[in-house]
Amino acid sequence: MKEAEHQENAITASDLRKTFADIVAVDSISFSVKIGEIFGLLGPNGAGKTTTARMLTGVMRPDGGAAAIFGHDIVSDPIRAKQRCGVVPETANAYTDLSAWQNLMLMGELYGVPKHYAEERANTLLSALGLLERKDQLVQGFSKGMKQRLILAMALLHEPDLIFLDEPTSGLDVQSNHLITGMLRELHESGTTIFLTTHNMEEANRLCNRVAIMRKGKIAAIDSPERLKMAIERLHTIEVSFDPAGTDDNLASLQGIESARREGDKWMITTEDVDSTIRAICAFGAEHQLKIEVLRTLAPTLDEVFLRVTEGGTV
Amino acid sequence: MSPEHIIEQAKRAFAITKKDIRIYYAKGPVVIFGLFMPLFLFLAFAAGNRGLSMPFLISGLLAMTVFFTATAVSPVIQPWEAQARTLERLIACPITMRTLIAGDMFASVLFGIGIAVVPIGIGVILGIVPLHPFLLTAGIILASICFSALGLLLSTPATNVPSNIMMLSSLLKFPLIFISGVFIPVEQLPFAGQALAICSPLTYFTDIARYCIMGTNTFSLAVNFAALAVFSIVFTVLAIRLHARTVSRRI
Repeated sequence: MKEAEHQENAITASDLRKTFADIVAVDSISFSVKIGEIFGLLGPNGAGKTTTARMLTGVMRPDGGAAAIFGHDIVSDPIRAKQRCGVVPETANAYTDLSAWQNLMLMGELYGVPKHYAEERANTLLSALGLLERKDQLVQGFSKGMKQRLILAMALLHEPDLIFLDEPTSGLDVQSNHLITGMLRELHESGTTIFLTTHNMEEANRLCNRVAIMRKGKIAAIDSPERLKMAIERLHTIEVSFDPAGTDDNLASLQGIESARREGDKWMITTEDVDSTIRAICAFGAEHQLKIEVLRTLAPTLDEVFLRVTEGGTV
Repeated sequence: MSPEHIIEQAKRAFAITKKDIRIYYAKGPVVIFGLFMPLFLFLAFAAGNRGLSMPFLISGLLAMTVFFTATAVSPVIQPWEAQARTLERLIACPITMRTLIAGDMFASVLFGIGIAVVPIGIGVILGIVPLHPFLLTAGIILASICFSALGLLLSTPATNVPSNIMMLSSLLKFPLIFISGVFIPVEQLPFAGQALAICSPLTYFTDIARYCIMGTNTFSLAVNFAALAVFSIVFTVLAIRLHARTVSRRI
């Protein structure tokens, strides 16, 4: 891997491969995650998301290929690579026989954080995640949402530059979900790179700058959520309505419009080129002194992209 | 200091030790196998005493207690961690497998050394004071290291069920008690028993304990200490390598 790539990428994976007996869990995938980006790895169960995350976090050794975290190879230089990461594994638990505070202090010691600073950070994180009042209670009495918030706090104690989250909000209550996604947004704003695996399309759509969709160990699609949605259909639909209505019959003749049909007081327009068509509609409105009341693109949802890709389609 | 520096890794190993002590030492199987089991075995042999002296029995109890306690904690830590789903989080931390093993081992060593006070105390109450306390202390420390490493070696099979490992370790530990001179002096064992005794690390610690408490020994002290040191190194190196190979299969 080139040095220049390392300088701008938080994660670089090339030809990463993992097999279990004769099953190929991850099949020579390559991708990179830029510094400061929120990157989502999506895919159905068994697609290879968790195995990919485990190889990137140094929990599992790849059978082939290479992965680097901020330029540090995860196999040959694992300590420096792991030192800059925080990890929220899918099935992980905090130590239930320890208190929330003891769990955080353990993480501080394992990441070499000075004690006074670890204490300061622990107080800040517990407060932000609504756990400060429960800090001295054993984790065994915590709800699933509280445990997940604590695990996130444990992953953030050493202020990592990159955080891996494997299904962070799966099965959580609304309050925990809200707190965790809010914390992720704050981290993104402060420049932390986030690598997220999730089944939750809405979460990926709202949070991620780019997503990769895995299918049978391979990356089937990788792009920003909006571009993936746009790419799934050749023709896109635009909904528009003007005021006054009924004076816009020439709309269908605009260049680039494949079809236009009236639905009540609205036009449903199909086009290959969304950008040019919207510009043409705006110009049309201005030329005919029509006020645009509604103008929106009806792109497929990320759910539809996901289903299309994971069922074997292409984007 | 860089995170891979030996002092930094040693600090992180000590954090693992503290965690192990807080979590695992109060677990039932550890207390039963580490303290009660050797005590009941001692009482059974003392009750059926075939003319063996009390110093002989006390030195045997000491050897057995250190052996059982040091091998009580270390084999089950990783299966417990895997079962409780804390192992993946631990492996994702910037620590080497050597650090992880050292942390678990040190907890076990401390447990072995600490519990050794109990049989020595019983001996003192019965009027049996060690003749060579410093040598005995050195022997207990080295034996605790050796037995802890053996315990970690026993936990390398990639299972998440602690009872499976407890069963495996019991299969090895109980026969060792009978071929290591704990209750039957090595000299009185048949030839095959003596040959097996040489292969058991417990034989050498029992001999050190007997020398320090009674003043008699089968092997020279140098042989006893060297044998324990060699066993310690071999067990530790094997444990590190095998755990590195099997750890991802536990997750």
